[in-house]
Amino acid sequence: MTRVIPIVMRMMTDDETLAAQACNGDREAFSSLLSRHYDRLFGLCFRLTGTRADAEDLTQDICAALPAKLNGFRGQARFSTWLYRVAVNAAHDRRRRFASHARAADGWGDWEINRIAANKETQEGIDWLTQAMTALPQELRDTLALTLEEEMTHREAGEVLGVSEGTISWRMAEVKKHLKAMHAKEQKA
Amino acid sequence: MSDELKHLKDAMQAATPEPSKKDADLALAMKNFDDFHDARQGSANAARPTSDRPGFLAGLKSGGIKMLHTLTSRGALAATTSIVAVGIGLFFYTQQDNTIFKLPAPKPVAQPVAQGAGPAVTATDDEVAAISEAPSVAERTERTAPAPRVRQSSGATAPAGQNAATEMAADKADAGQLGGVIAAEAPSAPAPQMLKSIASPQGKAGTYGEVIIAPPSAPNTEAFANADANPVKITRDEPVSTFSIDVDTASYAIVRSSLMNGYLPDPDSVRIEEMINYFPYDYPAPKAGEAPFKPTVTVLQTPWNSGTQLVHIAIQGEMPALDERPPLNLVFLIDTSGSMEDPNKLPLLKQSFRLMLSQLRPEDKVAIVTYAGSAGEVLKPTAASERSKILSALERLDAGGSTAGQAGLQQAYAVADGMKKDGEISRVILATDGDFNVGISDPEALKTYIEQKRESGTYLSVLGFGRGNLDDATMQALAQNGNGTAAYIDTLSEAQKVLVDQLTGALFPIADDVKIQVEFNPAQIAEYRLIGYETRALKREDFNNDTVDAGEIGAGTSVTAIYEITPVGSAAVLNDSLRYQADSAPATDDSTELGYLKLRWKEPGAHKSQLMATPILPDMGEANDDVRFSTAIAGFGQLLRGGKYLQDWGYTDAITLANGARGQDPYGYRTEAVQLMRLAQSLSGR
Repeated sequence: MTRVIPIVMRMMTDDETLAAQACNGDREAFSSLLSRHYDRLFGLCFRLTGTRADAEDLTQDICAALPAKLNGFRGQARFSTWLYRVAVNAAHDRRRRFASHARAADGWGDWEINRIAANKETQEGIDWLTQAMTALPQELRDTLALTLEEEMTHREAGEVLGVSEGTISWRMAEVKKHLKAMHAKEQKA
Repeated sequence: MSDELKHLKDAMQAATPEPSKKDADLALAMKNFDDFHDARQGSANAARPTSDRPGFLAGLKSGGIKMLHTLTSRGALAATTSIVAVGIGLFFYTQQDNTIFKLPAPKPVAQPVAQGAGPAVTATDDEVAAISEAPSVAERTERTAPAPRVRQSSGATAPAGQNAATEMAADKADAGQLGGVIAAEAPSAPAPQMLKSIASPQGKAGTYGEVIIAPPSAPNTEAFANADANPVKITRDEPVSTFSIDVDTASYAIVRSSLMNGYLPDPDSVRIEEMINYFPYDYPAPKAGEAPFKPTVTVLQTPWNSGTQLVHIAIQGEMPALDERPPLNLVFLIDTSGSMEDPNKLPLLKQSFRLMLSQLRPEDKVAIVTYAGSAGEVLKPTAASERSKILSALERLDAGGSTAGQAGLQQAYAVADGMKKDGEISRVILATDGDFNVGISDPEALKTYIEQKRESGTYLSVLGFGRGNLDDATMQALAQNGNGTAAYIDTLSEAQKVLVDQLTGALFPIADDVKIQVEFNPAQIAEYRLIGYETRALKREDFNNDTVDAGEIGAGTSVTAIYEITPVGSAAVLNDSLRYQADSAPATDDSTELGYLKLRWKEPGAHKSQLMATPILPDMGEANDDVRFSTAIAGFGQLLRGGKYLQDWGYTDAITLANGARGQDPYGYRTEAVQLMRLAQSLSGR
């Protein structure tokens, strides 16, 4: 007679299964799912917003809304793809909100204020990053933020943004062009 | 990887979350998770008790209040001092697959906090009325967000580069919900409820009355053009039916955008003929040397009434040799007013035109005129081969100011006149959210102006973008009177359909002023009614009057018109015979013909019309997939408008009929339509 061992190997369960269980009210499943993705989510938020403070706010907002939102996840995409889509959309809303406060920086809002704040808490490299990313048009920023993720392929980034793989590749070429131009300008200055 | 990218990537490594912040966020998420699921369980059977807290937040579900306390992002805290925005998320279950859709998306409804005033929650009758119907809730809240406008149409908050695959769109709606929550300038909470009841018109108002705090004086800025559904006519009294064809598709896209956002469309926004004509059909095409289009008549059993039949009139336009097409002169007239700022307006428009540009030929010319406050020519007529020049002009467009619609139109027509050479086709393509708020505001006056301009031979197409202040009525007036078509673009894939896949049809008319007249035989047909085309009705005498304007058929496009007819002696006859008048005018013709179909059209640019006629015979044609699918859409449209003549026929029947007639469906449009039917079924609770 075999005994069924009632231990659920949470760490082995895939995201989509956990998400389905969480939808049904499984606390544990939700907790492991979010813990598993929190760092990556924060990283993406950071790249999308450009400052630690904004990234923290954005991550928090997403975490707060996630329990309700999770019911909209129907397993048709990978969980991470879905989560990133949520993050990108939330970041857009955030940018738009700030854009209405200060229109200085082409939709990315009062980045100047954020940049000054960010100077105090982040190292110079991140400051440069903030400026560099701020100068990019929105869709390029999103694309860059996604593709800088270690395991993110162009195809997956395309899925998140709802565009084709080819578009992502083209956008990345554009990003490089922009960055090069920016770099050249800095060298001159 | 370039050095610059590497530099960026290195910088990224510095971004790791603070452990304390992470713990706090995780705890917050768990708390909301518990609240959410508690609330779901509690509300499964009945409305939850209200008012666990007095004051202006009375009635907010406790979970929502908790979230008000826990959501503390910087912007939110700053905003709460002056504004309280309350968003509600509504959920319900569909029966088919137990998936959850969002109902009326949570539009933040902001209201200044009245200092020291009594409880602000006094739902007026007006509000209760609005609450009792799910669609109204969404529409209303969408309209009521006061300035500063922070709202976005949900479903459109995402980047415009969107696949309209239904899955994506649904996810988008979800994302929009989060957007609504976050963009509300104040924390707002999903008030999770099982809202099956709100989906039906009989929904209990009391359940939600306390949640919605909407200023009753909400301005309604969406206007739709429609007329009452065509009534059943008695053949003996009124044997002749006359109307203009309609090749617009805007209504279908508007219906889709409503359903995707989780509410049933305003019945006035549903124009059945535009829904039917949205889909490409493969009707028999005319042979070379014949008229530019060919009508095919099919008589079939009515799906929703065993006592009646449908006369299905399908018109297929020829596809001329594209290699020989004359050069095009296109004037993009682009609305850059402040209201176009939303990502589903100007940014989507830019992307759409970029798509279209790739379809043009080097010898075609493009000019761009904008209007916002003052009108201006942004791009002089430029050959389509100078792609980068056109693209950079497009890219520079920026939204701001109010809309001087008339000045813009005048300038666009002037530019188009200047570009015109012999044998070329000039067309003004107006892209707008319909907000003509400066200059001319009266659709009638605009109409007169466009009518004059029509004489110059310049065509006008109208592309609608965005929701919220979509002025469908003005768009219709413009397109119908400017010899053009109106389409509504809500996603990039819709832009692909209108501006790439069907560009030829949209830009190259093959027949102008196409009118249809059907005379029914009173010996065979007791009653008839035309399904749709309410806004296209013509007077009987206008049929032969060549100065009366009517619709155009584009290259390769198809147009469908459907009559429901009741044979003499059928049990389905609605009108009793009269007591004091004998059944006068006995049918003199003992022909078995059901009726006689006449079509009039003009060659493009011609002033004299030509006539084509064919009798309608019983059991004519074959009810193939195209015929049956268009019938399913006709039924769907009628359901959305109230379904007065449909008896017990409902969404389930429409879905079955459409599913069985999807055919090849190479672009997936028909599959999408079935999805919409299912959404509508769930939303209507029928």
